[in-house]
Amino acid sequence: MNFDLSDEEKSFQATARKFSKDVVRPKAAHFDETSTFPKDIIKAGWELGLMNMTVSLELGGAGLSHFAQVLVAEELAWGCAGVATSMIANDLALLPVILSGSKEQHERFVKPFTEAFKLTSFALTEPSAGSDVAGLTTTARREGDHYIVNGQKQWITNGEYADQFSLFCTTDKAKRHKGLMCLVVEGRPQGLTVGKHENKMGQRASNTVTLTFEDVKVPVKNRIGEEGEGFSIAMATLDNSRPLTAMFAVGIARAALEHSIEYAKSRQQFGKPIADFQAIQFMIADMAKDTHAARLLAYQSACMLDAGQRNTLVSSYGKCFAADTAMRVTTDAVQVFGGYGYSKEYPVEKLMRDAKLVQIYEGTSQVQRLVMARELLKG
Amino acid sequence: MKILVTAKRVEDPESKIKVKPDGSGIVGEGLKYKINPFDEIAVEESLRLVAKFPGEVVVVSIGGKEVHEQLRHALAMGATRAVWVNHPGALDQMAIAGLLQKVAEKEKPDLAILGKQSIDDDQSQVGQYLAEWLNWSQATFASKVESFESDAEKNKVPALVVSADLKSVRVVREVDGGLNTLDCKLPAVVTTDLRLNQPRYASLPGIMKAKSKPIEELTPATLGVDVTPKLTVTRMSSPPPRKAGIKVPDVATLVSKLKNEAKAF
Repeated sequence: MNFDLSDEEKSFQATARKFSKDVVRPKAAHFDETSTFPKDIIKAGWELGLMNMTVSLELGGAGLSHFAQVLVAEELAWGCAGVATSMIANDLALLPVILSGSKEQHERFVKPFTEAFKLTSFALTEPSAGSDVAGLTTTARREGDHYIVNGQKQWITNGEYADQFSLFCTTDKAKRHKGLMCLVVEGRPQGLTVGKHENKMGQRASNTVTLTFEDVKVPVKNRIGEEGEGFSIAMATLDNSRPLTAMFAVGIARAALEHSIEYAKSRQQFGKPIADFQAIQFMIADMAKDTHAARLLAYQSACMLDAGQRNTLVSSYGKCFAADTAMRVTTDAVQVFGGYGYSKEYPVEKLMRDAKLVQIYEGTSQVQRLVMARELLKG
Repeated sequence: MKILVTAKRVEDPESKIKVKPDGSGIVGEGLKYKINPFDEIAVEESLRLVAKFPGEVVVVSIGGKEVHEQLRHALAMGATRAVWVNHPGALDQMAIAGLLQKVAEKEKPDLAILGKQSIDDDQSQVGQYLAEWLNWSQATFASKVESFESDAEKNKVPALVVSADLKSVRVVREVDGGLNTLDCKLPAVVTTDLRLNQPRYASLPGIMKAKSKPIEELTPATLGVDVTPKLTVTRMSSPPPRKAGIKVPDVATLVSKLKNEAKAF
């Protein structure tokens, strides 16, 4: 087993790192404070090829591995988790179409996003259906060659700027997961209202909105897979995105760790740098150890995808451990900075606010434990 | 248009550079390397010129196999092909210029663009030797009047103004007294200064395309150049550590210290 990156992987990582350091990080505090959308930065990232990395060459993507993409994800999140989420949420939204769509749907719904800079959104969560995905109540009623969609979606990333939505709805609420269906909604059809941008604790550069569907007509040919396949499509998508989400946490944690090391070496108390005190040394050691462990779990879950292996258990280990680690590491970073850590003038409190979301989205840390337990105890 | 451009491998200034205790050089362990920033600016300028006057950007680097990293970076930015002069040993500026002279005579470019100096040795000699030995015009410290916020920069307009007939180039040089504009007959050697352009990133598609671009291997022997150093570095030492400042109680003391200790006047 070779843990080294190939020359090509090192180059991808170097480009993402430089972009994150020169373009993303300097503006991160501004977009956090104003909670505005860094469209130009995301566009610049798209132009460099940092989005749509795993989309096939035929569809205009780079045809790169999931492993290459997680390398990029860590670097982007190191710069700003909100920016990383905005960029990668786009890739997540294309996944249902890529994994389960027809060739014709690939041409219609994936290619436009590699040919020009556009964004798409993944619309699954609802006001009353977060962890309970099967309990979603956005309904789709078939009428001839259209579905009529009614319902509401909550916490939808990129919603305000999206040209396309991968929507999950139900044709029969009573059937719970067996009733779910995935539809691609194009543009802003009549009856679709995009709600206000949420005022969030962290990852504030990421655009988060509600979507309201009132008798929205969606063509039947926009359905991905069959009626009733929506749940498995959603779950397959999340298996693919879990390694990326884990790497966001690793990026956030690494930023917090680096800030802490730098601060500990320069801050003097009791006549010496605080890095000389075991209390700080032990914190930093634990921060580094756990961040690297999280990284390796995420690496493995991405490599399993590349090898065509089912990665549900390992990717759940990764997402859960990485998110919980990032929360601990960023909290400790604020602690290392002491009073200054508590001030918005210093970068670590943002990292702590950004880390919290990773424990919640893409399957909460609690849901991850259910997934792990189910895998371990089944059969 | 054909442009020959250099991509020297240098220590990354973000690495901690330490002088060896015996003063014979710097500690190599744990160092990171990158393309000489001034050469990266040279590659960028070449790409902009060739976008305007279609042709080839040939990037050259001298050193052991590790310089392939820098060649691939330039290829990923968009250079057409690469030349690797395989010589892992020490080289002084005259040896480097001698090797580049032979490569230039072989490639016959319209322009040779080099960084004004490399950030390891900071010699600022190679471009000048090269022009002299090729008997070409030279324009060093090439810069640009327009700011990096200008449309010219955003649209990647080349700062070196090559005539439509490819016979001459106008270069604005940054010199101590201000800006000096030169018109040079082509072929010419131009060396780049910091404010010439902002180099593009190696995009991911660019990195992938670079894998299949050719790297030609040459050696001092095949080029017929004797690279025996004429210069030897006898000693290297760190500058003395910065002393802490002092506070003085009044202006009179300040004046006295400036005059008697700092010898400022």
